[in-house]
Amino acid sequence: MTHVKYIDRTREYYLSQGYEKPYRWANFDDTPFTPLKKPLAESRVTLVSTSEIAVRSWDDQRTPLEKGEAANVYSVSADTPVEELYSQTFDYDKHATSLDDVNTYFPITRLHEAAASGRIGSVAPTLYGVYNAYSQRKTREIDAPEVLRRCRDEDVDLAILTPV
Amino acid sequence: MSLVSRYLEENGIPTVIIGAARDIVEHCGVARLLFVDFPLGNPCGEPEKLAMQRSIFGQALALLETAEGPNTTVRAPYDWSGGERWKDLIFTQEQPFQDPDEEVEWKEKKELYRKLKAEGKT
Repeated sequence: MTHVKYIDRTREYYLSQGYEKPYRWANFDDTPFTPLKKPLAESRVTLVSTSEIAVRSWDDQRTPLEKGEAANVYSVSADTPVEELYSQTFDYDKHATSLDDVNTYFPITRLHEAAASGRIGSVAPTLYGVYNAYSQRKTREIDAPEVLRRCRDEDVDLAILTPV
Repeated sequence: MSLVSRYLEENGIPTVIIGAARDIVEHCGVARLLFVDFPLGNPCGEPEKLAMQRSIFGQALALLETAEGPNTTVRAPYDWSGGERWKDLIFTQEQPFQDPDEEVEWKEKKELYRKLKAEGKT
């Protein structure tokens, strides 16, 4: 069976829910591409996820939006035990599956395994969450540059990105 | 997620997306997509299936090495073990995406965003 056409499906769904203005998904003529600069086995790798990954021991569980902060980007230490992690999102198919296994959307254990086996050089000290913004402009002009800045601060070579 | 990928690529950091919403990612255009044809929530493999998760993660790493240009999509060779019925039901009247409580919270968040935006805070 072919894959779900989410753009068409959600347009029809939200129209039927009374939202008349369809969401305009981002679209560009060209796609940027950077080749690998060094072998995976020498590369420092991070994760970036929009899965609303959160840490149970955080004192403040509010999202940056709820705190009134400008950037939607936040850091999760790569040595956080996986049992400490969970997702706050509602945006998944809760009828078909669950988010109980963190590695199904934030593959932190798989990343550490890849470093342990020598497949990648190392795990970056910090992994990142980015909350979905309602504004594409904001994602492009504030959040994405913030992810880049933090990656550069830690000499990250490669990023694995996981939406939920 | 695709917009972040594009920005990192523009600025010299190679990326790979492990994602389930193939049409959305390809509509935007990214360097590398490992497409996993699973329900939203588990792009990196089915719960508790470690061998599958390791395989999918390995395929994402391999794609970083093998992609020769932008808009490279590879489909992970797995079908959802619970069958394909979820594909017919997602975002339909028959199965609303959010239950009423979640919808209220979602609308509150959206309203909060509008308010912050109006105040110039976002």
